[in-house]
Amino acid sequence: MNHFDLTAHAWLDLFQSGKATPQEAADAVLQRASQVNAKTNAFIRLNDKVRAQGGPCPVAIAIKDNICVNGHLTTCGSKILEGFIPPYDACVVEKIKAAGGIILGSANMDEFAFGSSCETSAYGPARNPWALDRVPGGSSGGSAASVAAGQAVWALGSDTGGSIRQPASFCGVVGLKPTYGRVSRYGLIAFGSSLDQIGPITKDVKDCAKLLAIIAGFDERDSTSVNVPVPDYAAALVKDVKGLRIGVPKEYFIDGIEPDVLAAVQKAVQYYRDHGAVIVNVNLPHTEYALATYYIIATAEASSNLARFDGVAFGLRAAPSKVRKNPLMDMYEETRARGFGDEAKRRIMLGTYVLSSGYYDAYYLRAQKVRTLIKQDFENAFQACDVILSPTSPTTAFKVGEKISDPLAMYLSDVFTIPANMAGVPAISLPCGFDRSKLPVGLQLMARPFAEDVLLRAAYAYEQATGWHRERAVL
Amino acid sequence: MVDDKTVRYIAALARLHIEAADEGKFARELEAILHYVEKLGVLDVTAVKPTSHVLDVENVFRDDAVKPGLSQEQALAFSVDKLNGSYKVPRVIE
Repeated sequence: MNHFDLTAHAWLDLFQSGKATPQEAADAVLQRASQVNAKTNAFIRLNDKVRAQGGPCPVAIAIKDNICVNGHLTTCGSKILEGFIPPYDACVVEKIKAAGGIILGSANMDEFAFGSSCETSAYGPARNPWALDRVPGGSSGGSAASVAAGQAVWALGSDTGGSIRQPASFCGVVGLKPTYGRVSRYGLIAFGSSLDQIGPITKDVKDCAKLLAIIAGFDERDSTSVNVPVPDYAAALVKDVKGLRIGVPKEYFIDGIEPDVLAAVQKAVQYYRDHGAVIVNVNLPHTEYALATYYIIATAEASSNLARFDGVAFGLRAAPSKVRKNPLMDMYEETRARGFGDEAKRRIMLGTYVLSSGYYDAYYLRAQKVRTLIKQDFENAFQACDVILSPTSPTTAFKVGEKISDPLAMYLSDVFTIPANMAGVPAISLPCGFDRSKLPVGLQLMARPFAEDVLLRAAYAYEQATGWHRERAVL
Repeated sequence: MVDDKTVRYIAALARLHIEAADEGKFARELEAILHYVEKLGVLDVTAVKPTSHVLDVENVFRDDAVKPGLSQEQALAFSVDKLNGSYKVPRVIE
């Protein structure tokens, strides 16, 4: 195995035994990142050099471009934030730095995390390391591609409707969306405030547990951060699923799932059955309404959050050549017209529409009520099981350009990941095989709020038994 | 029904200038998405309480204590136009 393909825990073992230094490791990964970035475009910006500072976990990491890093350009994949250099670190970045983490640069993403393919980035699409003519998924496509390509040991992503899990699935790596409130969003550029979570993207489950342990915990600067103790995630890594109740929801095994994806996920069910888990059928009857609910709630929240990008306090400012309304209004409208791409404009307009007078009750309020039903579905299902199992996405990675002109087809890529955000529950995607074109398939596991340890146990046992995580993309 | 006029109305609310040539495209795309989300109409939600967020918390306050924050200079550093410690914007009053 190449050095750049090593996991964080493998590097830490090498540091411990004196066979490598953190500086050598970071240099090797940075060199790899520079060498192949022209192919993957996983990084929007790479640092020229890196310096190991010591600390318990001195590992090279990619940071999604919507997470503020003090003194480093942070643009959310958008032109409207050109030139924005945050004067502070996000909470998760503070924690990574305190652990000795070495930041490699900004990972590519769909503009403002609006997308499932990384194609709406203002800095060009990222590519899937397993097949460069295919998307890495999105919106954290650059984060997932960087880990899969050996351009980073691990990465941070953010997940509003599947933006960690779907790209992890497409790129054959592990991605975890923590429980809403588990990880502070202080310093995350907001998209859908009732849905957003920051989480780890890693090469295996052990690294996932390790990175989650670094970033999890209460932070008073995020009023949605929840003050409950962080369990010992490493202790959850046991190769035993005996007695674990795995729920299989029939609503997630629908027409439209690619046959190879279905077969791989069904084999995973078989693994759990064969190793002493109890497979139970559960119902999540409002699943088919989750996508519609999401596209009302998430766009409503996005249209409100993105109101701050008006050319006044930061980022781009533009003005039309002649007066249209009045100079101030013209400046707002022109700045936003030039700064936002089409998908951002679409979502801002959709969100504005569903919140506007005369439509609020019919769209936004109704969606909030359906969200209650979706949340209740999960509460009911978790009476009968500990973990809910499904495919992460109905398909493997699709071709660049295949869905970009059909917003609805693109949105359907997130049909299985969105419900976890609606309900606030934690969910993980991990590799569970390949399709006939050697594209990775992802398995999704969901659990009760704050039961990330249960997810990690179920994921670790499966991963260690199957070894899919040891496969690497060849570039 | 979303038409060009609706697009102009929403765009104005959202402080977004849309070129006339693009209005039709956005109208069609928004219409398709709104048509899709209308499936929520089949559910009876009259007795259901809305969920605005999933946490069982309300009124989260921190202690009312002064803490270090950004200086005025730092906060203004990223604005393209400023004057006497303030953001400067185009004139609104003649």
